[in-house]
Amino acid sequence: MLPEAAHHAHHPALAHQFDSLGQQKEAATLGMWVFLLTEVLFFGGMFLTYAIYRAWYPEAFAAASHELDVTLGTINTVVLITSSLTMALAVHAAQLGQRKLVLWFLVATMVLGAAFLGIKSVEYYHKFEEHHVPGPGFQFEREYFRHAQLFFSLYFIMTGLHALHMVIGIGIMLVMFWWTWRGTITRDYYSPIEISGLYWHFVDIVWIFLFPLLYLIGRHGS
Amino acid sequence: MATVILPPRHYLNDGYGITSWLLTRDHKRIALLYLAAVTFFFFVGGAFAVLIRVELATPAGDLVSDETYNKLFTMHGVMMVFFFLVPVIPAVLGNFLVPIMIGAKDLAFPKLNLASWYIYIIGGLFTLYALVTGGVDTGWTFYAPFSTVASTTKVIPTALGIFITGFSSILTGLNFIVTIHRMRAPGMTWFRMPLFLWSTYATSLIMVLGTPVLAITILLVAVERIFRFGFFDPTLGGDPVLFQHLFWFYSHPAVYIMVLPAMGVVSELVAAFCRKPVFGYSFVAFASVGIAVLGFLVWGHHMFVAGESVYAALVFSILSFLVAIPSAVKVFNWTATMYKGAISWDTPMLYAIGFIGLFTIGGLTGLFLAAVGLDVHVTDTYFIIAHFHYIMVGGTIMGYLGGLHYWWPKISGRLYNEMLARISAGIIFIGFNLTFFPQFILGYLGMPRRYHAYPPDFQVLNVLSSAGASILGVGYLIPMIYLMWSLRYGRLAGANPWGAVGLEWTTTSPPPTENFTETPVVTWEAYDYGAPVEGHVA
Repeated sequence: MLPEAAHHAHHPALAHQFDSLGQQKEAATLGMWVFLLTEVLFFGGMFLTYAIYRAWYPEAFAAASHELDVTLGTINTVVLITSSLTMALAVHAAQLGQRKLVLWFLVATMVLGAAFLGIKSVEYYHKFEEHHVPGPGFQFEREYFRHAQLFFSLYFIMTGLHALHMVIGIGIMLVMFWWTWRGTITRDYYSPIEISGLYWHFVDIVWIFLFPLLYLIGRHGS
Repeated sequence: MATVILPPRHYLNDGYGITSWLLTRDHKRIALLYLAAVTFFFFVGGAFAVLIRVELATPAGDLVSDETYNKLFTMHGVMMVFFFLVPVIPAVLGNFLVPIMIGAKDLAFPKLNLASWYIYIIGGLFTLYALVTGGVDTGWTFYAPFSTVASTTKVIPTALGIFITGFSSILTGLNFIVTIHRMRAPGMTWFRMPLFLWSTYATSLIMVLGTPVLAITILLVAVERIFRFGFFDPTLGGDPVLFQHLFWFYSHPAVYIMVLPAMGVVSELVAAFCRKPVFGYSFVAFASVGIAVLGFLVWGHHMFVAGESVYAALVFSILSFLVAIPSAVKVFNWTATMYKGAISWDTPMLYAIGFIGLFTIGGLTGLFLAAVGLDVHVTDTYFIIAHFHYIMVGGTIMGYLGGLHYWWPKISGRLYNEMLARISAGIIFIGFNLTFFPQFILGYLGMPRRYHAYPPDFQVLNVLSSAGASILGVGYLIPMIYLMWSLRYGRLAGANPWGAVGLEWTTTSPPPTENFTETPVVTWEAYDYGAPVEGHVA
């Protein structure tokens, strides 16, 4: 049993199955890491599919990739990295018990996340207008038609599932905002914010891989 | 015996009424919720097996049409694999035992545990919906592009059901991993843990690492089918072999999700009924982890005829042979444990011995299939069917029933009718072998799987198999009856009816909601059968 056990014995946030807040925090953190491992394998299936098809059809993938909007993609990358910064600052403020700062940084994170989704939907809309959504209405130059469709299938499923994770992330941030607002999150008990931060950073890292793989094919040197 | 009384306060009388069950966070009650659900799905899957065996009693396709037959074996596979075999031991016995065996009050995340059950039920409802509205005919393997383009049956609701249920599996695995890492009682070191926990831990790793790959694969199938996005369909630029790689990357390790927990159960049973520590404890422990790791590297042996390169086939073949090493370590160590042990032939031990024998046959025929040349000869024949039923039914279900009988007094606080239990264990063993052994011969002679009609030459062996299946069915129904009966009329068990060691036998039967009145402090090694055990009432 950890030395802090007695001190925290009756802490309102301590669940009955744990002996101490320390044990509870360690369990929750490990739980999130194991969950993220699951997520790595979940996205891994798509990254593998991408890697194989890109290796087989490099020209078609490069041609299709050139249809993506690099400017909007780059802006979105900056937006997302900034949101990771505000998330990290929120965790830091929570560790220090600075409630107001936590609330502000959580709001900033959510606003940046929403901005990312907004820009993403503008990109989706353009693709829809350009008939680059796979399916019966898909249009592309004849030579690469079939494999460009493969690229866009992967583009939409990968960025789509990433966006879904962003939406869930914003939902989690809303809960964290509420918990901080009503005083559940304290200097003694800030692990929910920390664990939500782990999730948020993970979703950002997925994008850090998606951006070069989808947007920047064949842009080096030429 | 007269002194045995029910404890005044235990998890079963801690609250009555439907909400005290449906909203419970007690891992023991959630285990019983799972017990009810998996039993239901077992009998649904079993009903399809009955229809399959009745159809195959005659060479002509006279009971059902070929299309209906396709749906029968698909629904049998889907129900049994995803809704019975994968969850059965972890979610029922694992849920009940993991916290108790390490001296914890509950799993690390009780709400998540309850959520897993609901997720499992929702997934099951989708699949049942697919079943009652016409069924699905792709085989439980969902091979593309048949599943994404050609099939006109209920692929989407079934796929959705499996996708959803996968998350129940992931969350259960996550819960077990965190619990075993962070919730062990003082003194309960990794190498003092019962081997059931090592195998549950190894299983949890596969659940957490493998299931998400199945989830994404099924999602891609659904997206290709609904929106015509290309991933696997060649007319859309995709490659169907990629589907098989992704599918088997989960579905081969899934076999170990099914059989590893059963191996863990058998380790407990062999020690308890031979009154000896398991021979080579650490070898058995690491064999579980070894099987889990190797299990991820052998999926290609399902694809020897699917356009895999010769070099890939060779590597997958060698790796598949390697799985035999940790598996054999376990079989040899159980046998060595029994050697010169004081063996008592109680029902759980009968199941354990049944497991060892049947798993050995299943495992050795697995070596036949790992050899590329022979595998090409018997691919998609009844040899495969016989092989994996020896592992899944002869292995997993034997282990599960052994474990259920062993821990039933702990779960219910009462003893079942030992004589009936021994007889039904015998019936199951005979029925099982009569059902599946002829299928090895049928497959070797060339009878293909998944056909509702066959040449008359094969009839004798098929009739034997169908006769065996009816015996097996009776064998499964009898325990249902006497276990239910024991809940009300069984003799009280007392804390430790087997005189076994292990933390679960130090608390009352049934245990209190918090498992132990005081957190236990462990100062002994696992299977400490050195000194005579007190409290043996059997």
